[in-house]
Amino acid sequence: MSNAILNKENLAASAWRYRIHSPKIARKRQAGQFIMLRPVPETERIPLTIANADAEQGWIEIIFQVVGRTTMFLSGLDVGDEISDIAGPLGHPTRIEKFGRVICIGGGIGVAPLYPILCSLKDAGNDVTTIIGARSKAHLILEKEMKEKSDKLFVATDDGSYGHHGFVSDVFNQVQDAGDRFDSAFVIGPVMMMKVVSSLTLASGINTVVSLNPIMIDGTGMCGGCRVTVHGKTKFACVDGPEFDASGIDWEELIRRLKSYQSFEEKERNEHQCALVQ
Amino acid sequence: MSVSETKSMNRRFLRTPMREQIPTIRKSNYHEVPYGYNEEEAVAEAKRCLQCKKPLCVAGCPVNVQIPEFIRLIAEGEFDAAAKKLKETNALPAICGRVCPQETQCEGLCIVGKKGDPIAVGNLERFAADWERSAGKVAVPPMSPKNGIKIAVVGSGPAGLTVAGELSKKGFDVTIFEALHEPGGVLLYGIPEFRLPKEIVKQEIDYLQKLGVKIECNFVVGKTQTIDELMAEDGYAAVFVGSGAGLPSFMNIQGENSVGVYSANEYLTRANLMRAWQGTAKTPIFKGKRVVTVGGGNVAMDSARTALRLGAEESIIVYRRSESEMPARAAEIHHAREEGIIFHLLCNPVAILSDEKGFVTGIRAIRMELGEPDESGRRRPIPVKDSEFEINCDVVVIAIGNKPNPLIPTTTPDIEISRHGTIVANEADGRTTKQYVYAGGDIVSGAATVILAMGAGKVAANTIIQDLLS
Repeated sequence: MSNAILNKENLAASAWRYRIHSPKIARKRQAGQFIMLRPVPETERIPLTIANADAEQGWIEIIFQVVGRTTMFLSGLDVGDEISDIAGPLGHPTRIEKFGRVICIGGGIGVAPLYPILCSLKDAGNDVTTIIGARSKAHLILEKEMKEKSDKLFVATDDGSYGHHGFVSDVFNQVQDAGDRFDSAFVIGPVMMMKVVSSLTLASGINTVVSLNPIMIDGTGMCGGCRVTVHGKTKFACVDGPEFDASGIDWEELIRRLKSYQSFEEKERNEHQCALVQ
Repeated sequence: MSVSETKSMNRRFLRTPMREQIPTIRKSNYHEVPYGYNEEEAVAEAKRCLQCKKPLCVAGCPVNVQIPEFIRLIAEGEFDAAAKKLKETNALPAICGRVCPQETQCEGLCIVGKKGDPIAVGNLERFAADWERSAGKVAVPPMSPKNGIKIAVVGSGPAGLTVAGELSKKGFDVTIFEALHEPGGVLLYGIPEFRLPKEIVKQEIDYLQKLGVKIECNFVVGKTQTIDELMAEDGYAAVFVGSGAGLPSFMNIQGENSVGVYSANEYLTRANLMRAWQGTAKTPIFKGKRVVTVGGGNVAMDSARTALRLGAEESIIVYRRSESEMPARAAEIHHAREEGIIFHLLCNPVAILSDEKGFVTGIRAIRMELGEPDESGRRRPIPVKDSEFEINCDVVVIAIGNKPNPLIPTTTPDIEISRHGTIVANEADGRTTKQYVYAGGDIVSGAATVILAMGAGKVAANTIIQDLLS
């Protein structure tokens, strides 16, 4: 059955990995692409990066964190349930080539979209150093998978409960100080983290790609809700992205736009102190 | 004796009026504005038709509906037969009766219109289709035997639905691929409930499914599978591309990405497709106390009127030309005015103003005057020096048109694209530069109307029949 959940795994505090039967998308998807998903008809359409896929077995995996009503409903589904709507794969694939030495930096749930990029970078023969971080050990995801694929892996937690005590940006500085140099950087995570980290990588002269997650409705270019300013021009993350050159991004605008519906979301959260996620 | 007195003496020249919800009530609900004719009204209107031997109205219809014939059947009280007659040439009469710009097509050419009001062809079309549906008389028409030839239709808007209906009747095995989670395209996400009830769209699509049309939602042609893959791997003998006008245009002015600035596509999609207008919906939308809509087309009218229904105290249209250049239908402008939409004509935004959190607080606009006609034939608006002024508002909707969606052009390398990004297709037959790939509707013409898309669909369907069956 298409869209049926084949496997459900709790990766960390409120972070889930679902394996979903979706042969057409599994066959076509490339690193960096996403799907639009609506768990049940009463929810919104949300974009989620395809975290992994197997074309032969016909499945894709998504990793998501419960942050609002739609992800709350999604987390309430179980193995065997069918997701109402999935469309994709959308967006441009990551531009992968043999860059040489690459640094991949992921924060929070952003480690999930970084994983397929890391795999493709390795397949293309790159030497990859990876830094992943989370609020605490309980929030850290995919350490084992990232370690397997990376030439070197560093871990940071904000509270020091695991790995380096501090931010991924601190670890990057240390790696730099130790004399490591990189030809290319991929940075994915919360928008503040991407802003800060990419400013460091760019300052070191490293071409840096970030993957943006603005608010989207259709994911095919029709609504324009996901517009971001890149090098002074309006781009649609769904059809022009989701990955962009970090040096051109108007971060302040993106941050403001991501907060557009904060008041609605807070109201929702208060109304749904939720039986589903307990 | 004045002209109006002469008219009132002769019923032939006076149109049977359409009853409507009164503006003060309707502006805060989503029910359809016109009620539709009852049987007596329809018969009375139908009897005004001269039954011309060489009807000009038919020539004005992009799908060549046999107008005098269906109107004669209504005049004779044969309502079911009238609906069946309509459906011989038009698979979606309940939709066309509501949203076609009849005043520039069939009704614009009506001979009676030379001396008085033209026959209300649209109202009668709507009546016949509604009558058939509510009487439960919708039936599958005579169908050709199945020929087993698979046809893929990209997009379930008016062009795609028309192609699918025509080809299915001729025995083809038709599948429509729709990117969104529900079929209907612009009929669903764009045109609001109060102008085209979604139940009607649903029933027209149900009818096509009764004709054997299959619909696959959540399928983004170009991404989920390309046109080449559909043809080479899945055995589709021909593909019709009716993917519609895709990307909304913006003005590229300062502040345009402020919070509370929507494209009309986004605003209407949140309101219609994601049902922000229903209390139960969970898709947020800024309702706005003062909403400014930029543009002068039907989509701008739809957006401004939607804003009222979402609770705006003032809904303002800003348009850079004057009313006579507005592309919107006269009836839509009229309805908007009746509902209290404020028109700021001959002015254009130059910046969108926002507060420190990036939320819209207003627009700065500049007055315009009209110069010589431009390539569109309309007089070109020219800014008046030192005439800038501000309008306070908390939501801005940009309704200045769409650019074509790149998903199919960029994934179909051997199809010719115009410099505007539209797919190049021959108007006379719908053929693109790629063999067995046809296209029509907004992806070819740029943003236009439902009926023109249907007309293009019909032309392409006929070519497909000719190319594949002979």
